Amino acid sequence: MINKEEIENLTQAHEEDFILNVGPQHPSTHGVLRLKIKLQGETVVHIEPHLGYIHRSIEKMCEASSYRNFIYLTSRMDYLSAHINNQACAMAVEKGLQLEIPKRAKVIRILMSELTRLASHQLWWAATGLDLGATTPFFVGFRDREVIMDIFDETCGSRLTMDYNVPGGTMFDLHPNFQKNVHAFLKGFKKNLPEYHQLLSGNIIFQNRTKGVGYLSPEDAVSFGCSGPTARGSGVSCDIRKWHPYDGYEEVQFNEVLETAGDCYARYCVRMKEMEESVKIIEQLIDNIPEGDFQDKTKAVLKLPKGEFYSRVETARGELGVYLVSDGTSKPYRMKFRSPNFSNLSALRQIAVGGKIGDLVANMAMLDLVIPDIDR
Amino acid sequence: MFYDFSILTSKIHSWLLAHCDSGWTTLLEMVIVGLCVITLFVVLGLIFVYMERKVAAFMQFRLGPNRVGPKGTLQAVADTVKLLMKEGFTPQAADMFLFNLAPFIVLSVSMLALAPLPFAKGLQIYDINIGVFYLSAVSSISVIGILIAGWASNNKYSLLGAMRSGAQIVSYELSAGLSVIAIVAFTGSMSLSDIVESQRTGWWIFKGHIPAVIAFVIFIIAGTAELNRAPFDMAEAESELTGGFHTEYTGMRFAMFFLAEYVNMFVVCAIGATLFLGGWMPLHFGNLEGFNHIMDYVPPFVWFFGKTFFLVWVIMWFRWTFPRLRIDQLLTLEWKYLMPISLVNMIIVAFVVIMKWHF
Repeated sequence: MINKEEIENLTQAHEEDFILNVGPQHPSTHGVLRLKIKLQGETVVHIEPHLGYIHRSIEKMCEASSYRNFIYLTSRMDYLSAHINNQACAMAVEKGLQLEIPKRAKVIRILMSELTRLASHQLWWAATGLDLGATTPFFVGFRDREVIMDIFDETCGSRLTMDYNVPGGTMFDLHPNFQKNVHAFLKGFKKNLPEYHQLLSGNIIFQNRTKGVGYLSPEDAVSFGCSGPTARGSGVSCDIRKWHPYDGYEEVQFNEVLETAGDCYARYCVRMKEMEESVKIIEQLIDNIPEGDFQDKTKAVLKLPKGEFYSRVETARGELGVYLVSDGTSKPYRMKFRSPNFSNLSALRQIAVGGKIGDLVANMAMLDLVIPDIDR
Repeated sequence: MFYDFSILTSKIHSWLLAHCDSGWTTLLEMVIVGLCVITLFVVLGLIFVYMERKVAAFMQFRLGPNRVGPKGTLQAVADTVKLLMKEGFTPQAADMFLFNLAPFIVLSVSMLALAPLPFAKGLQIYDINIGVFYLSAVSSISVIGILIAGWASNNKYSLLGAMRSGAQIVSYELSAGLSVIAIVAFTGSMSLSDIVESQRTGWWIFKGHIPAVIAFVIFIIAGTAELNRAPFDMAEAESELTGGFHTEYTGMRFAMFFLAEYVNMFVVCAIGATLFLGGWMPLHFGNLEGFNHIMDYVPPFVWFFGKTFFLVWVIMWFRWTFPRLRIDQLLTLEWKYLMPISLVNMIIVAFVVIMKWHF
């Protein structure tokens, strides 16, 4: 740990310091994050993240929209887990309405969530390769992601921000081809997964770049509020799907992936194994989609009783919390999102200071940051 | 012997001598050679850009360029025209003179390195008797151009890239040089034409036992590092330094760095092919007369370019499959592994040469 004096010394600017602004436009920040880093040669001695370049005041905008409409704004937070964000919001509203959604809707939601998680991890894997200087993984990752996107396109009419969840279930029923296409995807993906390991996991350069780099102790992971694969890479069990099962996750069999090394490679392994777990979940459900309604009948204008409602889900990056305060009208009185990326970013200084610039890039890649989710 | 270019060159020489005095002859020959080098440069640039994109596409299950010209072969021409039309932007804070000088230094260095290469039998610009020495001397000048580019841009990313490149090229020069010395020890000559001639009975990679193979592997690794190509593209490292030393360069000056990189790649692979894989010498095995004779029917320049392009393909293969190293790992690889191994290898080579164990 760095003590207080050192922090003061580091945060004050000296004339001989080499300050480098990584971002807001930089290939490895994956968006408009700006990191002000202080260098000694190649070694990073201080990092100061500057946020707010893509702040759109989504929380405030939600307060001006009805309970039906605000859900779709949240697709634009963590756009790679758009469906899971929507699910969290829909769940918060359902809690307020005290609505139990039909079984079929639950299963559809889980299926779509896990497909979203897979797509998100595939994109993360692709971008990780690019960040570490390997170009080919980008195409391998996108090849498989494309199939999922097509499946979404068919059912939801949209590829990235699907806006499929509504309070009370899903917006439409599944496309007749859904099961067939998901089976085809699973077959292809299971065949392709060894290729992922050949290209990156087993590569000696990749292992040297990530093993022992960016150590995050379990205590720090908890104190920074890290969640998702970032925390699980440090051995902190925090999978909301296990701890607070929602929408029927209690009925499927899957393991929470935990690694104890706490370095970049551990975070990498967690995500790689999570992909396998997601495949397992989809396999259990795809042939057992219950018949019935895909949506509960709700009123055209939803009004929540006075009170506070909180729902939490496990997105591809960690725990997303939706805190909703209702004053009894048709619009939320106050919305607050607990976004996983913001907390994960806060650990960056802890893990990247003392490393090289290359380590900083590796750390950023393994935190898997989505910048619009940090700023909202 | 078939396909001897010295007949053609001596004919041109005598024709020129018959029409003008010796001073003019030398001058005209220099002009001809210069034109040939520039043509080779352009052709190599076009071929390599196309080849790189096609190889990358092959590795990444894409099609690659396929719109401009037949099978996309004119894509590189279109790109060059685009680069020519672009504004040659000089940042206000940059050192104008050095900023504009740097690409020319880098480009002329790669031109100089073409001089002693034997492209085919009798096709060599200058058969200097210290060819290998000349090559290693000339190739280390390019780092000056890169350092100038990084410094003159007045950009922190450029400066970091240039410093990385300096550390990297200076380090890897050592093991590249040491692995070349292994072949010099086997041959007993620094002249590249002598080295090719000495492989008449077999290439050094076969004749030189294990030390030659080790030297070859080290040469390829060090050569890739000297080229600043992935997985050793520290100087550019687009995900870390957004482009390294050429961040601020645009238009044709950027294209010059680009072209120089590709020609350097050709030079390194040509040296590798000449020293270890026999240059233009066809595949010969000791005293298999019939086999050797059949091999002689393939023209020498086909052999030379075939081997060179094979090595180029290997280096492209590296680039499109490996992640990048970190700067400290890069230097560790050189100083802790490659350098001691090449030193030990040198001793083994000397021992093998003294005991005459090689074929």
